[in-house]
Parts: sequence; structure tokens; C-alpha cells
Amino acid sequence: MGYRVSRETLDLWLATHAADYEIWAPHRFVGEGCFSDTDSVRYARVTKLEEIELKERSHYSFKEALTPASQTLFYFTQEACTEPEPPVKGAILLLRSCDLHALRRLDDMYLHNGPADYYYARLRERVKVVLLGCAASCESGFCVSMGTNVSENYDMSLDPVAGDFLVDCKDADWAAFFAARGCGEEPVTPAHVEENAVKVTVPEKLSPAVAKASLWNQYDKRCINCGRCNFVCPTCTCFTMQDLYYDENARLGERRRVWASCMVDGFTDVAGGGSYRKKNGERMRFKVLHKMLDYKQRKGYQMCVGCGRCDDVCPEYISFSGCVNHLDEAMKEVQGK
Amino acid sequence: MDMNTAKLKKNAFRVTKVRGKTASRVRVPGGHLEAKYLPVLQEIAEKYGNGTLHITNRQGFEIPGIDFADVDKVNAALQSIIEGLEINQEEEDAGYPASGTRNVIACIGNRVCPFGCYDTTGLAKRIEKAIFPNDLHFKVACTGCPNDCAKVRMHDFGIMGMTEPQFDPNRCVSCEACIKACRTRSVGALSMQNFRPVRDAKKCIGCGVCVINCPDRAWTRSKKKYYRLTLLGRTGKKNPRMGEDFIKWVDEESILKIILNTYDYVKEYIDPNAPGGKEHIGYIVDRTGVEEFLRWALKDVDLPPEAEVYTPLYWKGVKY
Repeated sequence: MGYRVSRETLDLWLATHAADYEIWAPHRFVGEGCFSDTDSVRYARVTKLEEIELKERSHYSFKEALTPASQTLFYFTQEACTEPEPPVKGAILLLRSCDLHALRRLDDMYLHNGPADYYYARLRERVKVVLLGCAASCESGFCVSMGTNVSENYDMSLDPVAGDFLVDCKDADWAAFFAARGCGEEPVTPAHVEENAVKVTVPEKLSPAVAKASLWNQYDKRCINCGRCNFVCPTCTCFTMQDLYYDENARLGERRRVWASCMVDGFTDVAGGGSYRKKNGERMRFKVLHKMLDYKQRKGYQMCVGCGRCDDVCPEYISFSGCVNHLDEAMKEVQGK
Repeated sequence: MDMNTAKLKKNAFRVTKVRGKTASRVRVPGGHLEAKYLPVLQEIAEKYGNGTLHITNRQGFEIPGIDFADVDKVNAALQSIIEGLEINQEEEDAGYPASGTRNVIACIGNRVCPFGCYDTTGLAKRIEKAIFPNDLHFKVACTGCPNDCAKVRMHDFGIMGMTEPQFDPNRCVSCEACIKACRTRSVGALSMQNFRPVRDAKKCIGCGVCVINCPDRAWTRSKKKYYRLTLLGRTGKKNPRMGEDFIKWVDEESILKIILNTYDYVKEYIDPNAPGGKEHIGYIVDRTGVEEFLRWALKDVDLPPEAEVYTPLYWKGVKY
């Protein structure tokens, strides 16, 4: 059911639902960007409309709402382990279409890739999604190429229109909330992007043979293996484990999982001192082919959602989409054509 | 040929080695200007000068090869620049009075440079508003970060941008990028303890390299902007020397007060026979002792609690 909702009513909706849900939305952290007097747009818990960044796509994805960068799994003493209390509230995530498609990838990785992840599952079942419409394409995104520009599996959509908001409510309770407050009913289709400036073509016959192409060599020097591309990515799910023994009493501690990056040193370290993909070009190859080849072979659809965040965050101006668009040439090179 | 050279120099023209020729000196406060003023300089250089421009060490332009007879015309032609750059002026179309206090210079700062901790040109202009015009010989420079590209340690007052890094452990992914960057590009103030970086606040110089290199915004900048203030560096014939650290983690307001207080101190103690009424502040401090200087400089200055004042202050340098 579609409604035209005033700012005041939407604020009331946020305040009302903040009681039972953590509402995660893009938020502008003023002055917290990489450089001085620049901002960082990241997901944060919000309770008011003014706290939501409605224009700029967030620099970091929503995934931290479900899988924090650092998450304590349990505390241990010599005798016992204790889990942290489960989250008290559910979560409402305000996502753009690319990110809503990324949520499917997180679900497949955490819920349907072997046994379901306990920590992810217990919050995920209490998650609702608000789709933020995209009236225009962002500069670096290529959602149309990846088929992630349209989403329908939302509980509500949200589009700012001339001082008001248009919402399409699939959640009956939320629809009732707006109807009860006199919001005018009208047909609403969430805004979505039909064309991006960036277009990506993945070769139909892409195969692991492309690993031998010379394409990857340039990244040995260009890439600085900082891992920003992984940390901003809504579909990167790798983490590492840390067993932390407290300074004051080393018999107590906690086990936590922390985001890991296939670009950063140490990712492939194994017992016995082995380490793989030492060159940055090899890491780039691994990442690109995981996103655009391996994952699809396992799951039947591409992992990358084309949000473009990795392009924007790279301090060395390495373009993921640019690299993907060279895969065709790279395939021809390895096939000797 | 008759020319009052004192008046000429006071009007920001130089006595040059070519008889009857002068050079117009146009200072650019904070070293940054709108490009629309360049055609004005070009026109003056081609019409009245020898068609060349010199970029000065203090971030100005010098237009050489001007006939004494054309000084008034050059002054009139400079009017749009003087107004646009908000240079101190007494009379319209008559140029501007040169000053013993030199153009406040600035590196490109955070308008452009990723390392800059603040808008250096902005601060240089605010300082200029507070201290211009003045006949006393003061040199002030602003640099965006401790790299000190503006060479502020060669100035009476050197201002280096600093930020106090803020750490959010919940965003740290233990990648050690900050540790490596601090060790290789800065002072090695970070060490890894229990999977997280620990910052040695005494060692930290506030350069912000950890913030720039953090891939997940675990390190961010302090809301407040801080500075390192260095004192009494100078070039010159007798005893060139680097400015010494005076206050670490000082704020803009205190810096402005300290500079203004120093004008009062210099007025009190300057050698009345100093050539041209100009004496490097450092020589005056050598004479009165540092304690007397500090008594004046820190008068009514309310330093922020985080400020660290270095003591004792001692300058060495090369002595001839």
C-alpha cells in the first residue's frame, strides 16, 4: 500500500519503532573522513530523520549492522564460557537496492553455507528492511549491469519527494500506522536506476584460466594491500578469530571474530609458516575472480552487487569495474587469440 | 633623478641594481589567490615592467623593470588585486604600505593536500588580520602537518597542524596499517597490544598518518584542531637557527594572543638603534632572557588543558 508521508509523520514512525528496533541508516559522521574536514558516511543507529543521510550512498556498507567489524562470540574463564546477551531489539535496515541484493549474499553465506551461523541467524530473523529509492545513479555504481538495480523484497520503501516521502508499505502494521495518521494513499513505485555511467560486462566464458593473464601484474605495484575494498564491500564476509587474554588476568579472556581482508598481509598465513598469494596482483586476481567467477559457480548468481564502493574508497584509484571490463581481453590473451 | 627611496620602499617597491628601475612587490596572504588576478599581473609586467614575474620566497609576486615614472600607474593598476586579496591599504589607487611584519605564508594545506590538518591559508589570513599592518619585523608561517613543507621552523612563529587521533576499538580489524605507517612515515608512536594499537601520547606528534591509513575509520581526527607552535627560528647573517618547540597541542586563540603579546614585548625591548627599526625577535630574547619574554608572551593566555609547554627553551644554530 502506498502513502504520501510528511516529515513529521515519518519522524514519529522512527521514534515509535526505535523502541523495538535498532534502526540502522546511512549517517554522516562529520569530520570523520580519511582527510581533515571531510566526512564519513556510514551506517549508524538512528532515531530521527535528520540523522539519516538521504543523498549520498554510504562509504561503508550496512553489513556492520549484522556482522560487526569486531564481535565478541564468548567470554571464557578456566571453567566456563559465557555468551554475550543476545540483542534486545530487532533491527530495521534502510538499504539501497544494491545493498538489499547484498543481504541475499550475506544470508547465503551465513545461513545456507553449511550450518547456519548462530550469531547472524539470531539477529537476522528479527530484521526488517526499508528500501531507499535511488532517484539517480551514483557515479561509480554499476547496479544495472549486475541486475541489482530493482528490489521488491522490502517491508517498506522510502523516497523523498518534494518535502514529503513516498512509501510503499508491504508490512501491514506499518501501513496501518500511516493510514491511522491520515497519510494520503497513492500508488507508489520505489525510484530505481535504469542506467549507470559505469557498465560492466563479465565474459560469458570466463574461466579460471584467466588467472594466467598478464592483467594482474600491474596490481603488484599499484595496490598497497590496505584492504579498504574488502571492508567497504557489502558482500565480503571473511573474518578471522582472535583469542584475547586479559592483561590483568591472563586466565580470563574472550574470543572474538574480526573482519578479515584477502588483500591484507596475514590472510593466508597457515600453520607451519606457509603463506600464499604474496603478490598484490595475486590478491587482486583472487578477489576479482571470487566475486565474478567462483561464487557464481557455487551459487548460480554473481556475488558482486555493483555498488561501486570499492572504486570510490581505493586510495590508489584501482577500479574494480575497470578490471572486470578487462577480463574479456585477458581471456583472449590466455586462449592465444 | 630624484626619488625618496624610503617612501618608495614603504610603498612596496624595491630599489633595484638598475638605476631608475624599480620592482613592484605584491604579497599574496596565505599564498593562495583566485586565478583571475594573474592577467592583471601580466598586464602590469608587460606594460610597465620587463615582461617577467618573480615568484617570491614569501609567496608574493615581484614585477621587475618598472620605471620610477610609472609607479603611480602601477599602483592604480594594482587596485583590484589589493582589494581582492584584502591587503591593507591607506589610500585607494596608491598601492599599499609595505610592512616590517612579513607576509604570512602557508603551505597548500587541507584545501588540497591529504596530509594537511587544517586550512592553512584560512589561518594565515586570520593571523594577518590580527597583526597587519605593522612595522616590526615578524615572520609567521603556517604549515598543514609536521612534514613542515612551509619550513615554519625558519620563522619567528611556526604553526604546524596537528590532530589528536581518536580510536574506536569496535572498528579496529587489527590490520596494523596504522602501526606500519606510523613506524615508517612518522615517529613510531603506536604499538600493538592484544590485537589493537596503543598510542604513546607523549611520542605522538599528531600528524594524522594513522587516520589516513586506517582502512575502517577506527582512527579518526579530533573535533578540535590543534597546533604545534615553534618559536624564533630565523635566517640571517649572524646566527641562523631553527625555531624551537614552544607549545604542543595549542589552540588558535592562544597562538593569536601570544603573537600579539610579542609585539608588545618587542616594542618595549627592541634596540632603539636597530637598522631600519628592525631587529629579529630572537636577538631581543637573547638580551632580555627567555623568562622575561615568556612573561610577556603568555600574558592573559589561557592555554587549553591538553597544551604542553616546553621548558627550558634554548636556541643554538650557527654562530658567526
